Amino acid sequence: MKDTVDSYVTADGRTIGGVMMEMRNITLRFGGVKAISDISFDIREGEIRAIIGPNGAGKSSMLNVISGFYHPQEGEVWFRGAKRPTMKPYQVAQQGIARTFQNIALFEGMTVLDNVMTGRLNKMKVGMFGQAIWKGAAEREEVENREAVERVIDFLEIQAIRKTPVGRLPYGLKKRVELARALAAEPKLLLLDEPMAGMNVEEKEDMSRFILDVNDEFGTTIALIEHDMGVVMDLSDRVVVMDYGRKIGDGTPDEVRNNQDVIDAYLGVSHD
Amino acid sequence: MLYREAGDFKTSYAADSQTFPIAFDRYRYWAVLAVAFLVVPFFVNDYWANAILVPFLIYAIAAIGLNILTGYCGQVSLGTGGFMAVGAFACYKLMTAFPDVSIVIHLILSGVITAAVGAAFGLPSLRIKGFYLAVATLAAQFFLVWLFNRVPWFYNYSASGQINAPERTVFGVPVTGPNTEAWAQYLICLVFVTVCAIIARNLTRGTQGRTWMSIRDMDIAAEIIGVNPLKAKLTAFAVSSFFVGIAGALFFAVYLGAVEVGEVFGIQKSFLVLFMIIIGGLGSIFGSFAGAAFLVILPVALKLVGVDLLGWPTDLVAHLQLVIIGALIMFFLIKEPHGLAQWWRVAKEKLRLWPFPY
Repeated sequence: MKDTVDSYVTADGRTIGGVMMEMRNITLRFGGVKAISDISFDIREGEIRAIIGPNGAGKSSMLNVISGFYHPQEGEVWFRGAKRPTMKPYQVAQQGIARTFQNIALFEGMTVLDNVMTGRLNKMKVGMFGQAIWKGAAEREEVENREAVERVIDFLEIQAIRKTPVGRLPYGLKKRVELARALAAEPKLLLLDEPMAGMNVEEKEDMSRFILDVNDEFGTTIALIEHDMGVVMDLSDRVVVMDYGRKIGDGTPDEVRNNQDVIDAYLGVSHD
Repeated sequence: MLYREAGDFKTSYAADSQTFPIAFDRYRYWAVLAVAFLVVPFFVNDYWANAILVPFLIYAIAAIGLNILTGYCGQVSLGTGGFMAVGAFACYKLMTAFPDVSIVIHLILSGVITAAVGAAFGLPSLRIKGFYLAVATLAAQFFLVWLFNRVPWFYNYSASGQINAPERTVFGVPVTGPNTEAWAQYLICLVFVTVCAIIARNLTRGTQGRTWMSIRDMDIAAEIIGVNPLKAKLTAFAVSSFFVGIAGALFFAVYLGAVEVGEVFGIQKSFLVLFMIIIGGLGSIFGSFAGAAFLVILPVALKLVGVDLLGWPTDLVAHLQLVIIGALIMFFLIKEPHGLAQWWRVAKEKLRLWPFPY
């Protein structure tokens, strides 16, 4: 693998480690449509990595490749120094990759607490017979995981709605609960698909603060897709820019902002 | 006041995740259990046991089973009657093949065998959903009944094609066969229903329940948090069939004593149990009891009022019963998909605040 060794310290004092995930020459086709063509980029340990691009650029497809929903026809996914075989989404989750969805995918019939507890399903090992008896191992495990979940609930400031069914919550809170569920899994890599979509300024500020805090306090690596350029430029360490399934820019926010291809893609270019 | 959670503080997460978080509920639960175990057996007579109590308890087990599959895991099944038949025939074969083994062990083994059969018929659920899965389970229903009708090995080559429960005892008291006392029938069913309900509750309030409910509410999101959908669905089919199998075995061995498979475990039985959980409440253990009680008592009550009190002809009352059940199903599906259990919950919430509006 290339440049895995060098780690560096950012301006605000966070340490960015070596490469955690690497996408190598990913090509994804749906029939004749090329959603992603020959894209390579990497995500480093501890960084906040943004993927941006106009509508239909293939950003969500990229996230779906990482989380195992789509399997690219060409290219390799490397995770923590090993090539990842073709995996089902639940196997990817078990590797320590959690995500949220663009249009919230919560379990509407369950309470907030149960929703967040589902994030820890992979950590709960007591078998069916132990659970049927409940007393003993199952209860102990439930309490241990409940403690971990309560820390996440505290962190995201959703204590008051713990026992509320998710279906009754407003949109902004649902987004936060979905983040809580992903965090409860203690992921190594957290994928956020448009975490700010449909939020007002105040909610965006809250969400930005949470994302930064997650990265800072838990050291979680974050890859996010976002349309709000202000948010992206402020939050992320490095940005990948996609357009029509191709990668047109990659670098720090400042580099990307001054990249002529990126400016053309966003502002348009005259064809004469 | 009677029903308050104010002042009922929880100081540990274990206390917060118990079955009845409110103290009053807990006392009521123990009171119901005490009456059911210590008082009712002394007063139960043949009529009460046969018309109401024993079928109620057995249907409650079946409804809990189906509720786990349909209410908690979201997989519709119309094969309940067929799976009950598996339980009944497994019990019959075990009883006749190993006469010296306790009937309790036979009943549990019948559940285990049914669980295996249920999981096998659950395999298509990974690929098909909703109506199509319902049709696949319907195929299981017809196939199983056909199998038990056509293969003489299952009914030990008896001339009538019926299966008859031989006499078996628990602690020297006959619980199957013609010499069974009403209270013995009632007690063995009560023990099974209590244990089954506790197991079901424990499974549904913890990890396994959350796995099932996540599949029910959104299977894509369930997969992304690490739930293996095949495993989750198959365990739901297996656990559900385990309960349904025990219910079938009890229905045959303890309640009826003799069974002709097409008559007893036909498609009507599948629908009856499905109606129980729709009326009682999908995704609720209490709802399973409420639905079973309602649909067992309704025909008895109708007969009491219609035939005995008003003097209507019997067939009119029988038809009326179908009309009423049909109307109720439509009503509940449209107005209250969470069934009687939801009414109970709302009533409790209101009572908690009474006499204040909020």
